[in-house]
Amino acid sequence: MKRRDSLKAITLSSLGFAGLNPQISAAESIMPPDVKPVKIPGGRQKFEAERDAKLNADKFFTPHELKTVTVLGDIIIPADAKSGSASQAGTPAFIEFMMKDQPQWQTPMRGGLRWLDNVCTKRFGKKFADCLKAQQIEIVDEIAYPGKAKPEMSQGVAFFNMMRGFVATGFFTSQMGIKDLGYVGNTPNQWEGVPADVLKQYNLSYDE
Amino acid sequence: MDVPQIKKAAKVYDVVIVGSGAGGGMAAYQLSKAGATVCLLEAGGYFDPADPKYINQLKWAYESPRRGAGTTRAFGDFDAAWGGWEIEGEPYSAVKGTEFHWFRSRMLGGRTNHWGRISLRMGPDDFKRKSLTGIGEDWPLGYEDYAPYYDKVDDLIGVFGSKEGLRDAPDGRFLPPPKPRLHELMIKKAGKSIGVPVIPSRLSILTKPIHDRGGCFYCAQCGRACQAYADFSSSSVLCIPAVKTGRVTLINGAMAREVITDAKTGLATGVSYVDVPTMTEQSVMGKVVVLAASTCETARLLLNSKSARFQNGLANSSGVVGKYLNDSTGASRGAFIPALMDRKRYNEDGVGGAHVYSPWWLDNKKLDFPRGYHIEYGGGMGMPMYGFGFGMEGRNSIVPGRDGKPKAAGGYGADLKDDFRRFYGANIGMAGRGEPVPLESNYCEIDPNTVDKYGIPTLRFNYKWGEAEIKQAKHMQDTFEEIIHAMGGIALGKKPGPETNYGLEAPGKIIHEIGTARMGNDPKNSVLNKYSQAHDVKNLFVVDAAAFPSQGDKNVTWTILANSWRTSDYIIDQVKQKNI
Ligand SMILES: Cc1cc2nc3c(=O)[nH]c(=O)nc-3n(C[C@H](O)[C@H](O)[C@H](O)COP(=O)(O)OP(=O)(O)OC[C@H]3O[C@@H](n4cnc5c(N)ncnc54)[C@H](O)[C@@H]3O)c2cc1C
Ligand code: SF4
Repeated sequence: MKRRDSLKAITLSSLGFAGLNPQISAAESIMPPDVKPVKIPGGRQKFEAERDAKLNADKFFTPHELKTVTVLGDIIIPADAKSGSASQAGTPAFIEFMMKDQPQWQTPMRGGLRWLDNVCTKRFGKKFADCLKAQQIEIVDEIAYPGKAKPEMSQGVAFFNMMRGFVATGFFTSQMGIKDLGYVGNTPNQWEGVPADVLKQYNLSYDE
Repeated sequence: MDVPQIKKAAKVYDVVIVGSGAGGGMAAYQLSKAGATVCLLEAGGYFDPADPKYINQLKWAYESPRRGAGTTRAFGDFDAAWGGWEIEGEPYSAVKGTEFHWFRSRMLGGRTNHWGRISLRMGPDDFKRKSLTGIGEDWPLGYEDYAPYYDKVDDLIGVFGSKEGLRDAPDGRFLPPPKPRLHELMIKKAGKSIGVPVIPSRLSILTKPIHDRGGCFYCAQCGRACQAYADFSSSSVLCIPAVKTGRVTLINGAMAREVITDAKTGLATGVSYVDVPTMTEQSVMGKVVVLAASTCETARLLLNSKSARFQNGLANSSGVVGKYLNDSTGASRGAFIPALMDRKRYNEDGVGGAHVYSPWWLDNKKLDFPRGYHIEYGGGMGMPMYGFGFGMEGRNSIVPGRDGKPKAAGGYGADLKDDFRRFYGANIGMAGRGEPVPLESNYCEIDPNTVDKYGIPTLRFNYKWGEAEIKQAKHMQDTFEEIIHAMGGIALGKKPGPETNYGLEAPGKIIHEIGTARMGNDPKNSVLNKYSQAHDVKNLFVVDAAAFPSQGDKNVTWTILANSWRTSDYIIDQVKQKNI
């Protein structure tokens, strides 16, 4: 890591950059004049920064859908002794972003939420988010276990599998979730091998 | 819009190089160090792994709004590649019923900014496939010609590994290898029990600092490019130092269109290119032209460089340009290792790649397919990224719960949350990378109907796997299961069978494409001589993997580097002797 600072000193201008293009000024003529430049964060390409800015400005979920995603997310990953819940880790906002980032999820997500509301309305006269906790759990129990679910709930099972995946990714890639999981890397380190107690636990050694 | 016009810059360089990846970077480095003036044309933008403008290294999953998903970058949001399988405005096609996937990175250093750093030498037999097996082609050179250059590449760039004394996986001048991680020790033990060797990997990562580069600090993120220059990227290790000689003029955003030739002498005189930022037509002149735009792009350049004298494309009197295109085979399988559940947590990031691998260990004479493969391994307690937790319903009923009772698959709530903790770090993966048989019938050609956004005619591919590759993939799948079972593991998903060619990846997917301007002694069936010099045009050279008649199962980049260095030495020698 020490190299980093000295490397920073290598600037583009010290690299003998080719400033030889006679037609550089022509660039302006093909740029539309009225585009507001997007700030490009480190590590991003320009088109990515522009794309992200646009996605962040768009909205996918309706307030009701977002509420349903939040309730369902916290059923899938609730707070426990070790860490908070999916919504406390910002999972609904992540799912909202993914719907815009990868639009192929939009129909299964939006449709799945409607399927859920429709089942609840038929059974309880209320949409999922407005049901009592016990009613919500009754429905979730019927779609959360693929091996046990009734055939007529198969679409709900598929939806719930997708939801379980999104909620798990959203939670465990958040700061809170990474801490919960116990991932302790992503930092300068010296790799000296598997700790001795772990080697012993697995009956392995480095001298075979 | 202005009508594009060709303007000629007055300066004549000693050498014009097209492309700054492994091949072009090495040539620029060697030729400029030897005193030549070099113009390095690179279609993509400037990139320096140490410049904060470009750094993704050490970012957390949550610093990406998509948590690292590969929406705009095939290998994830933090991967260093600017490009991918598809690039807007730069299409390619395939003949119906055939397939090829073409991965391109448009940036200084090309695909070496984010490659796997697996740095293998070809072995003695790899150069002699035709004489040894009756199929394929021999190189006009042997291991003994490359050994001194492999040694020099090892010393200049750095590669770790272990001395094993294996005939066809020759040892190099290695830095110390990192110790295996837990799952790798388990794989090693399992391999031993069934006769599959598992030895330290050979990766171009500095486990000890060399020259003026930093040492590896074990972040497991080489794919994001290393700000300490502790892994090999052509940008940091070759191009930037070459530019510092003061003799290299690097032009980024220079998309080469054609090699220009003199109608009378038939010699190359320079390269015409599109200046991407301004979309204007430019050209540079050189006494020698070196192509290193990557295997398929080099073929495209040659085929597009048509003139009255070279109606078939440049250096193509043999008609072989574009033919014998071949990529490594690949197949993979994942497994869940119950013994790795409920693991103790510690930092096991290690280097950006596996610490062990399996070199090919069997004799093809006793098998029903003619070429070998090696196995690469994955696993460990990595940073959770996009995709984490998907598919848990296929996993958490395999083993009993904490209470020892059977569990129903799927679920929700505190119990499910706990499962994610229990299963973390308990998966492994393995991938075979095999040698294909190069075939004349696998080729790229100019698509008669299509041009890219620069107006340059594009490539059309025609590629189909043969029986040799399919049978090899079947063998890979059988081996994977043997290893998994020897580890006490449970293979995930259904075993790929004949309906998917045993999981054989589509051509191009392994990104080791070679062969489109192969070297040989006979100008009738090869494009280049044994110095990678065009038979037809003596001041035209190719220093990427287009030059290779075959590739072993040896991930081609180390051989590209060795061959580019060897070719550079030859160019210097020929200039001194006034032959070119
Ligand atoms: C994800 C990944 C993992 C890999 N892992 C490994 C590995 O572990 N081991 C291994 O040996 N190999 C690996 N490879 C393959 C390796 O990256 C390539 O073999 C190597 O980079 C090829 O070098 P090259 O110089 O031929 O081309 P590239 O590295 O592709 O560089 C070509 C350069 O030429 C430029 N260019 C193209 N067309 C033009 C044009 N018309 N005008 C001007 N410039 C142009 C491109 O922008 C690019 O910068 C991997 C590749 C990928 C993508
Ligand atoms: S693993 Fe080592 S070489 Fe690779 S990026 Fe991290 S510090 Fe650099």
